[in-house]
Amino acid sequence: MAGIELKDVRKVYAGGVEAVKGVSLDVQDGHFVVLVGPSGCGKSTLLRMVAGLESITSGTIAIGGRTVNELEPAERDIAMVFQNYALYPHMTVRRNLEYGLRNRRIPSDEITRRVNEAAAILEIAPLLDRKPGQLSGGQRQRVAMGRAIVREPAAFLFDEPLSNLDAKLRVQMRAEIRSLQRRLGTTSLYVTHDQLEAMTLADQLVVLSAGHIEQAGSPMEIYERPATLFVATFIGSPAMNLLPIEPETASQLAGSSAVRDSLSVGTTIGIRPEHMRLVGDEGIQDDEIAADLVVTGVELVGAESYVYGVFGAQKAEIAVRVPGYRHFDGGTPIRAAAGATSLHRFDSKTGLRLDSPV
Amino acid sequence: MPRAVFPNRILPYALLAPQVAITLVFFYWPASQALYQSTLRQDPFGLKTRFVGLENFEAVLSDPSYLNAIETTLIFSLATAALAMALALLFASAAEKVIAGKGLYRTLMIWPYAVAPAVAGLLWLFMFNPTMGTFAYILRRSGIPWDPLLDGNQAMLLVIFAAAWKQISYNFLFFVAAMQSIPRSLIEAAAIDGARSTKRFWTIVFPLIAPTTFFLLVVNTVYAFFDTFGIIDAVTAGGPAKATETLVYKVYNDGFVNLDLGGSAAQSVILMAIVIALTAIQFRYVERKVHYG
Ligand SMILES: Nc1ncnc2c1ncn2[C@@H]1O[C@H](COP(=O)(O)OP(=O)(O)O)[C@@H](O)[C@H]1O
Ligand SMILES: [Mg+2]
Repeated sequence: MAGIELKDVRKVYAGGVEAVKGVSLDVQDGHFVVLVGPSGCGKSTLLRMVAGLESITSGTIAIGGRTVNELEPAERDIAMVFQNYALYPHMTVRRNLEYGLRNRRIPSDEITRRVNEAAAILEIAPLLDRKPGQLSGGQRQRVAMGRAIVREPAAFLFDEPLSNLDAKLRVQMRAEIRSLQRRLGTTSLYVTHDQLEAMTLADQLVVLSAGHIEQAGSPMEIYERPATLFVATFIGSPAMNLLPIEPETASQLAGSSAVRDSLSVGTTIGIRPEHMRLVGDEGIQDDEIAADLVVTGVELVGAESYVYGVFGAQKAEIAVRVPGYRHFDGGTPIRAAAGATSLHRFDSKTGLRLDSPV
Repeated sequence: MPRAVFPNRILPYALLAPQVAITLVFFYWPASQALYQSTLRQDPFGLKTRFVGLENFEAVLSDPSYLNAIETTLIFSLATAALAMALALLFASAAEKVIAGKGLYRTLMIWPYAVAPAVAGLLWLFMFNPTMGTFAYILRRSGIPWDPLLDGNQAMLLVIFAAAWKQISYNFLFFVAAMQSIPRSLIEAAAIDGARSTKRFWTIVFPLIAPTTFFLLVVNTVYAFFDTFGIIDAVTAGGPAKATETLVYKVYNDGFVNLDLGGSAAQSVILMAIVIALTAIQFRYVERKVHYG
């Protein structure tokens, strides 16, 4: 068991691409940390540097207090689960699980014990004599997990391990990975582009963009207080509504004049769709501001729907969550309101958060 | 495959005709000539020809020099295939590790394939010619009595190297392609699993390229059997004392030099049977691709 510490880690690829631009990160012993960010932001690169599969251009990486910059992948005491599972196709499942242990000259009765134990935990015992080609995607995923578990490493590294599964299986495996990690208590660093997966798995969430950390914290902290515009729109689905304040914007809004006066030009306000409501006959409350929208579409997602509309001359797109299903034709004018406490404020230029939503 | 339906009943045959004609003229015609010839015997002046049935085959198969040629062919072919494949595999795995100039390295590796067999033979002949070859000089300087013109084993070594050298490029291309089709993550997983480079090669890479290796084994054997005439002719002309006379070379020698047309034809027919057998093996095992999926 061990933590993982990254200090000012940078990666410049041979072609000159700076994939990781100075990342410092402290993964505590036993924690499940998820790196999330859009495709190409350097997540895999960062994880592969921890694994020892990519050289580190500068900075240091330590696992369990030991600097591993110069160590081979095998010497870092980590196990990795790959997106395509990377099972050895010519070996049976049992051989796949044993491979890393045999290479380390673990006594054979110990190998048998660990393999059987992992097979029992993952319910893959009946598959041990099959080859990977004879397994379904979900089963391969379990075998890949098994291969990591039997090693009993200091840390697990996951690179988008669920992206090749269908939606239903993904949700199921997500829960299993989480409970397995809790049970084993092994430090885990997990990479995904799926913000929902990230939110549900993480003890600590790290949002990455273009090679640097935008924000790190618990999923709730990040959801409730996104530090930048990027995080605000990346975490949460549908994304947070953004409204850049222009000279005439405040006058186009309705509701609390105190709130409207506080909107200064050059800032952007953000409101999550679930913090907005459609205004009916009851009207607007004192601490609310409201905007008149023209409906562009409605999306039913089950127990609730999202009404999409555009606002004002700047045609800002706004999504409003409504319970149940409400139908509107395109072009219908509607009014949507939000409480002052649910506003997030950002500097439009720097993208940085300006205040707290009290 | 979807069935093509032609509106015209003659068109399909017309389209097939050129292919059929070529096969008839260049395969069935000479093959039947060889079969026919193999049952005839001519006097040395080519004046009288008579039908002898299977006597030519009897004579060929009981001829010690023919049995010697079979042995020579086996040694030559297996050694050539093994050497060409082993070196190509070595170079291909080295190519994986080359970082700068990968393209150049690969291009250079492919060049020997473009050299005509006889020219390749001459190249090796010049390099190792006892009187003027640079390498022959180096060998003798280091105390090796190098004389492939007199020593049969050395002559054999020389043709094996020349023949293998030409085939390395071909094997290299296939090995490189096979290795590239192995997902990188497999190698990385093995590295994390504690297997060092050599171990990874023998436990992951080698088993995964086995279908290619088997394919190349057949192709190389066929090559060494049948496509090395030019090299042998240029380097040793089958000598010294028939030490490098392979079956194919013997067909030529007996037929066109010694003018024993019937015996030569009988040998051709035997060779034809060997080709058919090897091709059958190739179809049976190689075409049926191995899938691990
Ligand atoms: N081997 C490589 N050589 C050069 N550039 C690379 C290499 N691998 C990745 N990159 C670049 O580095 C950036 C980050 O890639 P990656 O870490 O794979 O992103 P992610 O996993 O977040 O999608 C991308 O711009 C990508 O094109
Ligand atoms: Mg990636």
